[in-house]
Amino acid sequence: MNYNKEQILAILATIADPEIPVISISEIGMLKDVIISENGYEVILTPTYTGCPAMGIIAEDIITKLKENNISPVTVKTVFDTAWTTDNISKEAKEKMRRYGIAPPLTRSCNNEIFTINVIPCPQCGSFNTVLVSRFGSTACKAMYKCSDCMEPFEYFKCH
Amino acid sequence: MTDKQALVKYCLRLGDNSLVLSYRLSEWCRNAPILEEDLALTNFAFDMIGRTRLLLNYAGETEGEGRTDDDLAYRRGEREFYNNLIVELPNGDFAATIARQLFISAFEFYFFTALQRSTDTTLSEIAAKTLKEVKYHLAHAADWVIRLGDGTEESHNRMQKAVDELWMFTGELFEMDDVDSLLIGLGIAVNLAELKPKWYDKVSRVLSEATLLVPKDGYVQTGSRKGIHTEYLGHILSEMQFLQRAYPDAKW
Repeated sequence: MNYNKEQILAILATIADPEIPVISISEIGMLKDVIISENGYEVILTPTYTGCPAMGIIAEDIITKLKENNISPVTVKTVFDTAWTTDNISKEAKEKMRRYGIAPPLTRSCNNEIFTINVIPCPQCGSFNTVLVSRFGSTACKAMYKCSDCMEPFEYFKCH
Repeated sequence: MTDKQALVKYCLRLGDNSLVLSYRLSEWCRNAPILEEDLALTNFAFDMIGRTRLLLNYAGETEGEGRTDDDLAYRRGEREFYNNLIVELPNGDFAATIARQLFISAFEFYFFTALQRSTDTTLSEIAAKTLKEVKYHLAHAADWVIRLGDGTEESHNRMQKAVDELWMFTGELFEMDDVDSLLIGLGIAVNLAELKPKWYDKVSRVLSEATLLVPKDGYVQTGSRKGIHTEYLGHILSEMQFLQRAYPDAKW
């Protein structure tokens, strides 16, 4: 069976981000394109961070998922033109992220974000009474915060 | 030297700097003063490893002899590494690590800002990506320098000592040779002489806010552009490269 580009992108849009399983690689803005040629299918990805360790897993997930649909041969290419930014994350995806317990990136075009400017609302109780615990967290893309009202710690997806 | 040879060397220089500093920062893993700092420094290391892979792979592609990032990281000798001496120095105490980070991140901030305009699109794309990460490193390092410098008598003294001791290694960051002049002519490389006043201004402002004295320029440690290193790089490589040297092409 022959698939067109939209169909393949729709299949790939079901692959979850390994770190935030409620969001797909498409919603987070990593999936850029599929190029179909006589040599097969080339999936174009852009990483969130240069050292993102999820890239290898995502590439495997893509190949496996397409194989299940009898789509092959598949190659995965990583590109860096127009560097990934948190602005690429859709509004819906940000809301999913919040419900999952991760505070979504707050500002647009975060190039000059300074941590002290923005108050990050608690994804659990919505309080603005929160404090930064650490700018760096369990993954490259997140910082750690604490809510002073509900007392829960939470992660914030940094602007990037 | 051909244009291609110059570009390979330029990429190795950039990649070696992030590789060796990444190695040093990783040594703080489970040794940092607090858990959050442990995470921060290893996050820095992680960003740098990502950057290293891009740069060394690009060096290998440009060279065209089939060498990958792993080949270049694990199979080159000490004299073939071009990282600045400051990144290979032992971590010292936390003050020394954080002073080094301020010096390097401030340099990288201006360097990658400028490299975004490189006529080499691979380098300009890597620069744009890297700059986003470096901004976080710089903000974090500057905060710590201020906190420790303007802290207790003990933290102030140790921060000042670290700044004073590392200062003679900062001149090398701005050294240029025929690789730079050739690539600047092609619009590929950054003119480091233009960065120096910006770097000095930024670092001076942070040090002043930290109630620390900006050291006077004096003797400058140098050698890395020619592959001449301190005694420390060899020890790093003997550990980092051990497995691939003992069991070439080992995979797991």
